[in-house]
Amino acid sequence: MKALYFSWEFPPHALGGLAPATFGIVRGVHNTGECQIDLVLPNPQGDETQDFCHIISCSQTPVVWKDVDWNYVQQRCGHVMKNPQEYYDLRSQIYADFGYIHTNDLGCIQFSGKYPKNLLEEINNYSIVAGVIARKTLNFGGFDVIHAHDWLTFPAGIHAKQVTGKPLVIHVHATEYDRCRGVVDPNDPVYKIELDGMNHADQIQCVSELTRQIVINFYHQDPKKCVAMYNAVEPMSQDVLNMEAHRGTNEKVITYLGRITAQKGCEFFVEAAAKCLEKAPNARVVMAGNGDLLENMIHLVAQKGLSDRFHFTGFLRGKQVYEMFKVSDVYVMPSVSEPFGISPLEAMQCGVPTIISKQSGCGAILDNCFKFDYWDIDGMADAMYSLITYPTLHKYMQEKGRDEVNQITWEKVGRRVVDAYRTLPGLENA
Amino acid sequence: MKTVCFLFEIHQPFRLKKYRFYDIGADHYYYDDYANEEILKRNAYQSYIPAAKMLLDMIKSSDYAFKVTLSISGVVMEQFEMYCPEFLDCVRDLIATGCCELACETYSHCLSALKDPEDFKIQTEIQKKNLLDTFGYEAKTFVNTGFIYNDEIGAEIAAMGFKGIITEGAKHVLGWKSPNYVYSAAANQSVGLLFRNQSLSEDIALRFQHGLDASQYMSWIEQAPESEQVYLIAANFDVIGGIHPASTGIFDFFKALPVNAAQRNIRFATPIEIFENIAPVDTAYVGHPISWDGADKDVSAWTGNDLQQEALRAIYSISERLHMSNNEILKQDFAYLLSSDHFKFMSTKMGSYVPFSPYDSSFDAFTNYMNIVSDMQIRLKQEFPEEIENEELNPLLKQIENQGKEIEKLKAKLAKAEAAATKEKKTASRKCAAKAEKPVKEKKTAK
Repeated sequence: MKALYFSWEFPPHALGGLAPATFGIVRGVHNTGECQIDLVLPNPQGDETQDFCHIISCSQTPVVWKDVDWNYVQQRCGHVMKNPQEYYDLRSQIYADFGYIHTNDLGCIQFSGKYPKNLLEEINNYSIVAGVIARKTLNFGGFDVIHAHDWLTFPAGIHAKQVTGKPLVIHVHATEYDRCRGVVDPNDPVYKIELDGMNHADQIQCVSELTRQIVINFYHQDPKKCVAMYNAVEPMSQDVLNMEAHRGTNEKVITYLGRITAQKGCEFFVEAAAKCLEKAPNARVVMAGNGDLLENMIHLVAQKGLSDRFHFTGFLRGKQVYEMFKVSDVYVMPSVSEPFGISPLEAMQCGVPTIISKQSGCGAILDNCFKFDYWDIDGMADAMYSLITYPTLHKYMQEKGRDEVNQITWEKVGRRVVDAYRTLPGLENA
Repeated sequence: MKTVCFLFEIHQPFRLKKYRFYDIGADHYYYDDYANEEILKRNAYQSYIPAAKMLLDMIKSSDYAFKVTLSISGVVMEQFEMYCPEFLDCVRDLIATGCCELACETYSHCLSALKDPEDFKIQTEIQKKNLLDTFGYEAKTFVNTGFIYNDEIGAEIAAMGFKGIITEGAKHVLGWKSPNYVYSAAANQSVGLLFRNQSLSEDIALRFQHGLDASQYMSWIEQAPESEQVYLIAANFDVIGGIHPASTGIFDFFKALPVNAAQRNIRFATPIEIFENIAPVDTAYVGHPISWDGADKDVSAWTGNDLQQEALRAIYSISERLHMSNNEILKQDFAYLLSSDHFKFMSTKMGSYVPFSPYDSSFDAFTNYMNIVSDMQIRLKQEFPEEIENEELNPLLKQIENQGKEIEKLKAKLAKAEAAATKEKKTASRKCAAKAEKPVKEKKTAK
């Protein structure tokens, strides 16, 4: 079986959670040995691994016919495109006159590959380029299924489906419904793109049952075409596992790590942690991350008179995240609405017992963690207190949690993704 | 003649309310009264009372041939008194027929047999007295919580004077032996041991809904080898009408049993009749504790993980000191906290949710319980200062306890001494007077 993947991010150039999820799925699907992948990215830099898939760069796909020399193409595109012949194959599939769009000397549109101000324009261009790529892939080797990741690539997926007639699978990593805490303007362009993508899709893979229910109830999709496709987590690298924890004090540390926004339920965390600190004099609280509610949270903590034991670190990147986990005794993710939520899994990998909200998608596949409604401040405070007070509980959840998370692998996800493709008509034996 | 012995277990714990860490030291009431009342009444009206009435009918209509045994924990008896006293009358009616035996268990349906022999003894004595006070019944058969048994526990039960013990016919202990005989306990040959017939019991308790009728059921017993004489069939009482609701036909199944038994020359008996009339065939040795729980028939549902071990350790660590106290409320709370159910709710054998648990997960069960134990520890500290060791405390308490007697004794001594002293004084003064007179005389004489 061959699949054409559309995504916006790919490691090592991660901007958010999409990159590791895409990589995990690509690797998992590749490792089943049953499916080859062509992955379309807006602007790969050339340092992305092509071990598990063949990467096609939108920034190197011509939409305007230019007469260019083989060696010039090699020189300009060689870092991503292994064989310049691909450029000429793509050029042969230009299906309309896109002269009105600003292109470079190769006839290609330049993508930022990030989330710029003119994002909607870039999404539109991405779908134009997708038309060329879909035609080329169909005519040179062929493919069986289209798989579009996240709403940014839905228009491209729809376009590819329309020109090739192949089934469209879309992967819902998050919804506008989550981001807006349940209040969505039906004229919101993002909502419209999501809805359009879902309406055209033959199969909708959602990162959790929670997201699946949102797709069914708020995007009015047929439950039969929606499947829950839980994410997994990369195994911890050895140098992270070997990392030493530097603790200045022997006080217990309760950690929040994530964007400080309404969606993540940060104010519920502050309330719960404050209750816990009142009774536990040997504890400190860390809020790591940045976001539009950061200032409000600082004020809230000050009002409660707890600023001396409540610390704000700002945004943590790369290794700092793991350093933070290493010195934490409790990790809390009280999200009001979380499609999946990878960070509790990472915390559990680092051996940090975890408290999550029942409104988090990952809760359905995790057993060895505390789960509360995001508004259940007393419950969360109680769990925090217990974890720092009863060492047996801490140790038990640490060990069992780690064992449990180590069983959640991308290989299993890849298997399930391919099995889901096989339920589509015509793909049973592809 | 083959003998069938039906035994039903009745127990409900005092479920704990949501007890948060900030309640520690501030709130000393631990129970979820609403849930306890609701669950007890629901069970009583759906299951316990109709089932008890059915048993009474069965006894009367079979001309007192049908016999039954009940094991009722102390904590559930208390709940019946509070919320549903009519059930206790049903039990009194059953006992009045002479066809119902009451087996003794621990007062709080606890795990003390495994963890604290001293407390095990205390709790059993309380329950024995309880049965005597409430029903005027002297229990001679012992059924431990969850049918937990091994040779050591057997020795303790034997030492308390019971005639027989009932436990699970666990295959890994019996091996090729059949449970359908009377055995004797390893610790004391004069104490009988009855093993539950696992498949016949679970046909009713777990598999009733798959279709079972009384004649078929009795024919299985009839077809068993002639030498296998005793069939102990035990289940929770709420199996009748609760787990298997009346609509499944469970009441009709039971009502048809006596007739079908009589046709096949099968009789009914209570354990004590069996222990008194049938001689044991062999001694049964049980090393590791067995129980009737799950497929493993061991105690892992209560003590299987670290959380359960820790909770047990925490509560039993205050046991010795607590029993020194005279604070009855504290002792009562302690007993309620020992109910085995609290530990079962922490089980992670089948994932982190336990059926019938009032908690979302095993971890919630653990934190709630530990918060309450923390409060108990604080209360106990207020009772006795922490710095004093138990060994020191004991003689001190004895001293205080004996203080009254000592004072009485000393008072008596003092009174005696005083009496003696006054007497002496009197005689002395008399003597003195005599003496005083004498010298005068003497003086006089001297003069």
